[in-house]
Amino acid sequence: MIHRISICALAACAGLAMATAAAHAHPHVWVTVKSELVYAPDGTVTGVRHAWTFDDMFSTFATQGIEAKKKGEFTREELAPLAEVNVSSLKEYDYFTYAKANGQKVEFNDPLEGYYLDFNPKDTVLTLHFTLPLKAPVKAKELALEVYDREFFVDFSFAEKDPVRLVGAPAQCKLSIGRPQGMSTALTQQLSQLGPNQRDPSLTIGVEYANKISVKCP
Amino acid sequence: MSVKSVAARRRPVVHIVLLVTVIAGLLFAVGAFDGAFAQAGPFGAPRPQAPPPPAGGVLGWIFAKQAEFYRQFSSLIRAAKADGSAAWSLFGLAFLYGVFHAAGPGHGKAVISSYIVANNETWTRGVILSFASALLQALVAVAIVGVAAALLNATAATMGRAVNIIEIVSYSLIILIGVRLLWVKGRAFVALLWTLHRPAAVGAAVTPRQHAAQRDHGHHDHGHHHDHQHHDHAHAQHHHHHAHDDASAWGHAHAPEPEELSGPGGWSRGLSAIVAVGLRPCSGAILVLVFALAQGLFWAGVVSTFVMAIGTAITVAVIASIAVGARAWAQHFAQARSGYGMLAMRGIEVAASVLIIAFGALLLTGYMVSERMVGI
Repeated sequence: MIHRISICALAACAGLAMATAAAHAHPHVWVTVKSELVYAPDGTVTGVRHAWTFDDMFSTFATQGIEAKKKGEFTREELAPLAEVNVSSLKEYDYFTYAKANGQKVEFNDPLEGYYLDFNPKDTVLTLHFTLPLKAPVKAKELALEVYDREFFVDFSFAEKDPVRLVGAPAQCKLSIGRPQGMSTALTQQLSQLGPNQRDPSLTIGVEYANKISVKCP
Repeated sequence: MSVKSVAARRRPVVHIVLLVTVIAGLLFAVGAFDGAFAQAGPFGAPRPQAPPPPAGGVLGWIFAKQAEFYRQFSSLIRAAKADGSAAWSLFGLAFLYGVFHAAGPGHGKAVISSYIVANNETWTRGVILSFASALLQALVAVAIVGVAAALLNATAATMGRAVNIIEIVSYSLIILIGVRLLWVKGRAFVALLWTLHRPAAVGAAVTPRQHAAQRDHGHHDHGHHHDHQHHDHAHAQHHHHHAHDDASAWGHAHAPEPEELSGPGGWSRGLSAIVAVGLRPCSGAILVLVFALAQGLFWAGVVSTFVMAIGTAITVAVIASIAVGARAWAQHFAQARSGYGMLAMRGIEVAASVLIIAFGALLLTGYMVSERMVGI
């Protein structure tokens, strides 16, 4: 009997470990990212210009109750207070933007003035435009930039078309983009084919969600 | 003293420790599952330093499904606007989302499960608790969006603040329920401990002979256990005061029988649990409602929210049933061991009460959010 109980105790602990590992919610906000890496004439990177488009449900929620002259449309001015809240609250989360120059972590300053929100009435989506300046411009042979939410509450993914641009970069710089696996149909299918107790080591949901930009300037 | 009797003396202790570990482990697992450890905030929260560990297998699949279903809401609401029959797909989706969503964090599974264990609830009551709290959650979501957004045209920030206030009330209630349970069950535990350890001092306490008698009684009881569930239930009101009396009887002459302490506490107390858990609306439901409102299809959002609630209720009820089963299983061992077995059950109840307080406190202080509200 003790054996039985011990086994159950072990099972409970295993369940606990599993549950703790999975103790994060599924995303409620989806963001489509378009970014620009801005270079100074001397070839140093000065910052990142982000354009983040929120999904329609979240955009509708965020714009709920905001006064607009024309129903169903919002101007930049009407959205200015919301943009301010957005940008100032993002500070707490390091703007979900993490950069490394030559393997060393680099810090960002607060966004420059001139950030704004755009509303696309056709898709009813909001896009937040802001520029994150690096604390100190850096000349990097290898620059890595990631955009993600560690808690996976906000699901970031690069836009299908032109997700990243280099602005004013030296000609020899080469850009490569790593996309997260995303909750693609293929992945979902793969997952659904697993048995209830099966684990597929090739699937690493959660850690592989980072959107990686890497720029090499030899 | 033979080897056998030494073993027999040792075993109850081992069993008690194991039982408590198992139940606490199970409840804690549900609790951890119930909440992402983070603080409520705008786009995210202060996060742990490391990226989230991979959630593969079934859990990953559940998360994937949830996200997949959730992503379809907006297009289905738009479709329903153009073609009424698409509303049926919307409701179907809402149901599936509810089932899967409740398997993830939130929806008071931990609190309900702990409450069931602590208060020795019957299966019927567990299921009713699950459904009632889920429906209340839906009702609150509809009320917030209906009043704040539809009538007052309040902003998302205002709704976020309203939800914050509701959260504080809800979590405080959870703590209160835990404290009350701890008070009742803790005293029962101490009283029983007292009687078991001071048989002489309290006269008519558990003597070895009574031990034997009780053991038989326990076995006898167990045979009827399932049949007696309704019986227990019927006696809920009756035993309620009795249980309290027993609990308050410090060093009272007799060790209470399990039945005497098992008072589910009457419907008014069940109601307090329903309110505590059900007050907090699901942020997914709020987003769906606001979107439906903006599309001029508020009614479809309302129906979806209630269908979603039925889905979540089913999942929560399944987990609640596991809690009822776990408790019955523990009782099965406990009843075979009279005094110490009962002590173990009281111990489990005390532990579950403490867990409820812990969940409430964690939720209140923001270290554990059942779901981050999309504040803005």
